[in-house]
Order: sequence, then structure tokens, then C-alpha cells
Amino acid sequence: MAYYDRSSAGDTLARGLGWFSIGIGVAELMAGRSIARWMGMEDKTNLIRAYGVREITAGVGLLALGDPKPWIWGRIAGDAVDMATLAEGMALGSKDNPRARNAGIAFGAVLATTAVDIVCAQKLHREEAHYRSLPVPDYSGRSGFPRPVSAMRGAASDAPIAEDMRTPKILQFQPATGQAGAS
Amino acid sequence: MRALVWHGANDIRCDTVPDPEIEHPRDAIVKVTTCAICGSDLHLHDNFMPGMEKGDIVGHEFMGEVVEVGSDAKSALKVGERVVVPFTIWCGECDQCKRGNYSVCERSNRNKALADKVFGHTTAGLFGYTHLTGGYAGGQAEYVRVPMADRTHIKIPGGLTDEQVLFLGDIFPTGWQAAAQCDIQPTDTVAIWGCGPVGQMTIRSAILLGAKQVIAIDRVPERLAMAKAGGAITINFEEESVVERLNELTGGKGPEKCIDAVGMEAHATATIDSMMDRAKQALMLESDRAHVLREMIYVCRPAGTLSIPGVYGGLIDKLPFGMAMNKGLTWRMGQTHVNRWTDDLLNRIQEGQIDPSFVITHTVPLDQGPEMYKTFRDKRDGCIKVVLKP
Repeated sequence: MAYYDRSSAGDTLARGLGWFSIGIGVAELMAGRSIARWMGMEDKTNLIRAYGVREITAGVGLLALGDPKPWIWGRIAGDAVDMATLAEGMALGSKDNPRARNAGIAFGAVLATTAVDIVCAQKLHREEAHYRSLPVPDYSGRSGFPRPVSAMRGAASDAPIAEDMRTPKILQFQPATGQAGAS
Repeated sequence: MRALVWHGANDIRCDTVPDPEIEHPRDAIVKVTTCAICGSDLHLHDNFMPGMEKGDIVGHEFMGEVVEVGSDAKSALKVGERVVVPFTIWCGECDQCKRGNYSVCERSNRNKALADKVFGHTTAGLFGYTHLTGGYAGGQAEYVRVPMADRTHIKIPGGLTDEQVLFLGDIFPTGWQAAAQCDIQPTDTVAIWGCGPVGQMTIRSAILLGAKQVIAIDRVPERLAMAKAGGAITINFEEESVVERLNELTGGKGPEKCIDAVGMEAHATATIDSMMDRAKQALMLESDRAHVLREMIYVCRPAGTLSIPGVYGGLIDKLPFGMAMNKGLTWRMGQTHVNRWTDDLLNRIQEGQIDPSFVITHTVPLDQGPEMYKTFRDKRDGCIKVVLKP
């Protein structure tokens, strides 16, 4: 069973990153062209919008879909893809891309975010390891019955259950050899 | 007095609030000796149920001692008597109550006009469970006002501990009704989704009512261990296919009776449909995650019965209703008509046929309640059922 504690420090950080993801994702989706132009990478406008969809998906995953670890690792992988794209923009150099410096600034920002993502992933895994180190309670003796289950099966078959709680005769499973409905 | 108070999503606090007072001649005031956090309280904690307001006192599974009785309830209750209070408030006089349908009492919901609008017709008033069901103060408190107290109580004889009888107020009759309304036959396989407190009670009820085979489905190891102790064959849905295993255990025919003891917050990441549901919930496109309902419809034997004690709050999406229709499934559902069952169940506890306290894993003072909500929700520390002592 995957472990996550929705009140832990790791989870709180993951939720913060979830909101951050949604914010960045909406910006990339809505202002993809402006962002691309600012970095001198106009040909990547659609790619940046697709990255926006990816960020929003990761954000929803982190905020709403339980265990945040797969989504944080998804974010880290996404950061790597972002950096590869930005590195391409930087590599064009100032002659081919007069705004390569802006791509460098974006690269630095993604790098810093990646560091936070990695810290978050480490926290979450440490918390899971701590949980797994705790002894599992043994409830195998908690039947609630005074005697073995085999002796209790059907012990209340005489219970007073009113007709409205019963399945009407016509809807019950009939004996395999019978002809239901025939009189 | 101290009480657990709802302040918003994931924010329940132990606050000091005014003591309750008699407001109507049929009221009584009960000094709470023991109360519990119910799985359906988590829907309020997680803010999935509409109709909560900041300052509402939560809790609908509680018992205690009668300390004050209104003039019209004196013939039925006396100061000093020990009572479990059912979570459904019932008048005993309306057409539904006369039929034993206490959870749809026509008179106990003081916000009837609102409920009529939302549900079409009102259901019963409930303790600590949104303003749609009356906005009554709940029982996770030192004292509670019990409306229509001449009917809304279960008297407890001496010789039984609080822990043995507390669950007569909700989870025991809820599990019992879930099994009873399946009309279990000795040849039946009963599959139960969810091994939380209601699931555990449902397993024991199905065994007592004589099911040939009871199968319990969950993913939490300690809950599955408790289910197995109660006589169930267990399926861990994270480790094996529920559909394949159920077919294997029923000779390919499917279980005759399927019970949903999970409700609106099915595990969010186990399946694609649950993930879609969770995302839609986050975007307010639907309110409930219906994975268990979909799976029950799919695996149930044609002409079988689906029983739904799990709480649903509003709208669900992508329900394969055509499949249900073509298979001729019978649906049974609803809040529990608690007092319909409690005389019989109290007798069974007294006779020693069952001791519902087996499900309690944590007992703490009331002021630790807010932290225990989180422990229970996150299934930490082997938590299955939390009992609070005011």
C-alpha cells in the first residue's frame, strides 16, 4: 500500500508545488506565444503550450489524486524536459537568438524549481520509509464473535427482517430445477 | 462545554461553545460519555458534503446519560437513564415512521424546505450532518440536545460497557441493514467493498445471516486482516484483479449480493476511472467517486442485488446504468432506519452473539479528536475506529 500523510511536511510542500504547477501551467497555456517570444524561441510556442497542459495535469495530480510521489517525480522529469528545451534556446547563442540570455534566466528558474522538487520527493520517501518501519498492528484475532466463525455462520438466520427488506419472491434466484412464476 | 467544531475543509477544532438547552418539550439533554468518529464524518472533514457551515458541531455516533428531559418526553425518558442516540432523528408519528422508515422521517428535518428543494422530498434530520438534514448540533461534545427524544433513543441496560453498545447508534445497524436488505440466502456469495468500520460490521452481519461465502475487498493490510478474522475471504485490490478473483471464487457467475461500504470517496488513484472522478471532483464537475458502484454493476451476477450503505452526496458520472438494467439488478440503498434494528441487535450483544467493540483501535480524549480525524482519514497507525471520551 502506498503511504502518504496528507498532514505531513512533505505533503504540504507537494501541495504548494501543485498550486505552483497549475499557475505556471495556466501561464504557459494562455501566454505561450509571449513567453516564447521573450526567450527568442517563437518556433516553440506550441511546445510551451503543451508543457502548460503537462504542468496543469501534474498540479491536479498533486492536489487531488492521493499519493503525491508519482506526480512529484513526473514534475522532475518535466523539469528535465524543460531544461533540455531551454538549453537549445541558449545554445543558439546571441547571434541567432538575441534573447538567449532570457532563456538562460528561465533555465536558472527551472533548475531552482527542480531542486525544490527533489527536496520534496526526498521528504515524501523519508516519510514513507518511517511509516513502513512502524510495526503493523495485528488484528487477526478480532472476530467480534464468541466462537469460531464456522459456528457463528447463520446464527442470526432467524432475525426479524420485515418483508420490505426482503427481495420479492419473483425477483429471487429460483431453484435451478423450478419454473419461476409457474403456479 | 467543549465540542468538535467544523471550521472548513480539513479544519475541525475542539472549541468551547455554549451548552445546549431544551428548546422543545420533546427534547432531552444527554451528557455524552462516549462518542466515535464515523467514516461519513470524513466526508464533512474533507468538505465533500454540501451544506456545512462554520461553527457546526459534528458527530452522530454517541451515547451518554440523560441529564434533562422536556415535559413531553418525560413519559419515555428519565433523568439518569443511559442511552445510545441513533444518528437519525425520528418523530414516530409521520407516515414514514409508522412504516419503520425512520431515516426518511417526514417531520424531523427542521430545514425541510431546503431538503425538499435539493432531494425532491425531505429525509430525516441527522445529528451533526449538514444543514440539509436539519443542521442539528452533533454529539462529539460534552453535551448534546436530542430532539424528539421520546423516540430518538435506545435505552441501555446495566452490565454492558459503552464500547459494547455505542455502535448501535450507527455502524452496527448500518452494516446489519446493508446485509439484511440483501435478503441473504444460504447459497449466496456476498461481496463487500470496503473494510472500514461499516464494512467490518457488514461482514459480521452477513456471516450471522448465513451467507455461504463472504468476500471483502480493500487495500489496507490491517483492515483486511480484521475482515479475515470476521470470516471473510479477502481481496487486496492493489495486488490482484477484483473482477478476476470474484469470478474465480464464484465459478465465473459473480456474487449474488454486492455491498458498497465505501461510498463517495473511493480510493482516488487505484484505477483510471477513480482518477478521472477525483480530477472532476477537484474541478467541481461531479461530487462523488463512483468506482465501487461501477465495479459492483459489472461483477454482480445477473438478477443479483446491490446494497449501498456507503454515503453518496450528489452527482456521479459515467455510471453504466444500461449494464445494470440489462442484468436485472435489484438496488437497495439508503440511510439506516436505526431503531428498526436495535432491539434485536441489543439482544444479540447481551446474549454474547457479537461484541461490536472488536472494531475499536483508538480511544482518546475529545480534545485529541481533530488530530484523530487526520489519523483516521490517512489510515495511519493501524486506525480503523476512533472512540472519543469527552
